[in-house]
Amino acid sequence: MEAHAQEPHKLAIFRGLLKFKSNKQKIWGVLIFLAIITAIEVLLGIYKPAMFNGQVLGMKALNWIFIILTIVKAYYITWDFMHMRDETASLRRMVVWTAVFLISYLVFIFLQEGGYVANVFSKGFVKTDF
Amino acid sequence: MESTVVNTSAENKRWGGGIEPLKASYGKMMMWFFLTSDSLTFTGFLAAYGFSRFKFADSWPIADDVFTHVPFIHGNYPMIFVAFMTFILIMSSVTMVLAVDAGHHMNKAKVSLYMFLTVLGGFVFLSSQAYEWTTFIKGGYGAVGTHGGNIIQFVDAEGERVALKDFAIAQSTDRTQHTRKDGLWFSGEKALPSFTFEEVLAGFEANPEVFVRTTYTAEDGHKTILSRSESLKELKTKGKNVVEGANLVQNEYGPPLFANYFFFITGFHGFHVSIGVMLNIIIFFNVLIGTYERRGSYEMVEKVGLYWHFVDLVWVFVFTFFYLV
Repeated sequence: MEAHAQEPHKLAIFRGLLKFKSNKQKIWGVLIFLAIITAIEVLLGIYKPAMFNGQVLGMKALNWIFIILTIVKAYYITWDFMHMRDETASLRRMVVWTAVFLISYLVFIFLQEGGYVANVFSKGFVKTDF
Repeated sequence: MESTVVNTSAENKRWGGGIEPLKASYGKMMMWFFLTSDSLTFTGFLAAYGFSRFKFADSWPIADDVFTHVPFIHGNYPMIFVAFMTFILIMSSVTMVLAVDAGHHMNKAKVSLYMFLTVLGGFVFLSSQAYEWTTFIKGGYGAVGTHGGNIIQFVDAEGERVALKDFAIAQSTDRTQHTRKDGLWFSGEKALPSFTFEEVLAGFEANPEVFVRTTYTAEDGHKTILSRSESLKELKTKGKNVVEGANLVQNEYGPPLFANYFFFITGFHGFHVSIGVMLNIIIFFNVLIGTYERRGSYEMVEKVGLYWHFVDLVWVFVFTFFYLV
């Protein structure tokens, strides 16, 4: 039972900017943070401000904002709800790096191919409406 | 670097003579590895979805036009209901992690309470998804399918959607649903749409205030609306059948793939949620009868918790790619 003697969880988030007193408090803190991000996403999704319509790296800036906010949410769910923050560095790397590498690779080849096919459709003299 | 688990359980000692590589018990580590592989399955689905979206970049439906329903309220409220679903799932994630926390303090009463709330959240989410599917399958306005497999939708002069029933003119027709008792015992068909294509065409010709909205997106991000003469030509030359709602073959929202991905991805996620609810119920009853109290560790709650959080994690991505982007 000696693990109870000192707190088994790391209680700081935002690189130590925000320190919680107990694990329970941290859970509620993270919930508030996630709720705020979701609210921002929903508001942007409803109003779709025209200022974010510019193209950045082949996609609308607004879509990039959504994807970045999603990854931020995923980070806090994994790190604080799933306690990845408290696991050893090697377990964390085994899970996260493997997934991140394979997912990036898969997404890249699929989207690259999709963009290519769309290009053939629009410029490659293929009839799509027959 | 403390492990999050109190190492008092007999179960943990089986992991190679009491030594825990990576300071994680066997079960927890395997859950992590399972989740890693499962995340790749979802990636396969979502990447394929991304492929099709990039491929049909100019004709993919706009989510805000499709998912606009909120239970018990009539009108056009995009995003609200999915935001609610997202919040429910995050809330049930929170009750789950509170249950894990209570488990670390060996507090049986609190673990039971939080597990119960988690199961409840799971049921609310599943019901919400059932509602979402029902409205999606039933459809709202109806549309006309073209010979090429595209969709023609209808709007009024202000660009607001018009339902087929608001302008179609009923005509007498001899066409009835072909059921198995009418001819060959093995051939039948599904219920016919409320209108025939001829009725829609007649109604369209009689209503000069109705225009065709194509599935093609213009520069400004809205779907292209044709002029009256173009609309007539489009409908007469390309129109083929009436489409109401969605199935795996055709849907009134856009390319058939759109509905297919919707069914497969949200369905696969919903299946995960159902399994999660089932596991949570098992754990809940185990907590109630004191299994983990006797074992001296609530680690099982933590392992199932990992799975439950993962379901939440996947939803975060489904939410983004289906409803936001």
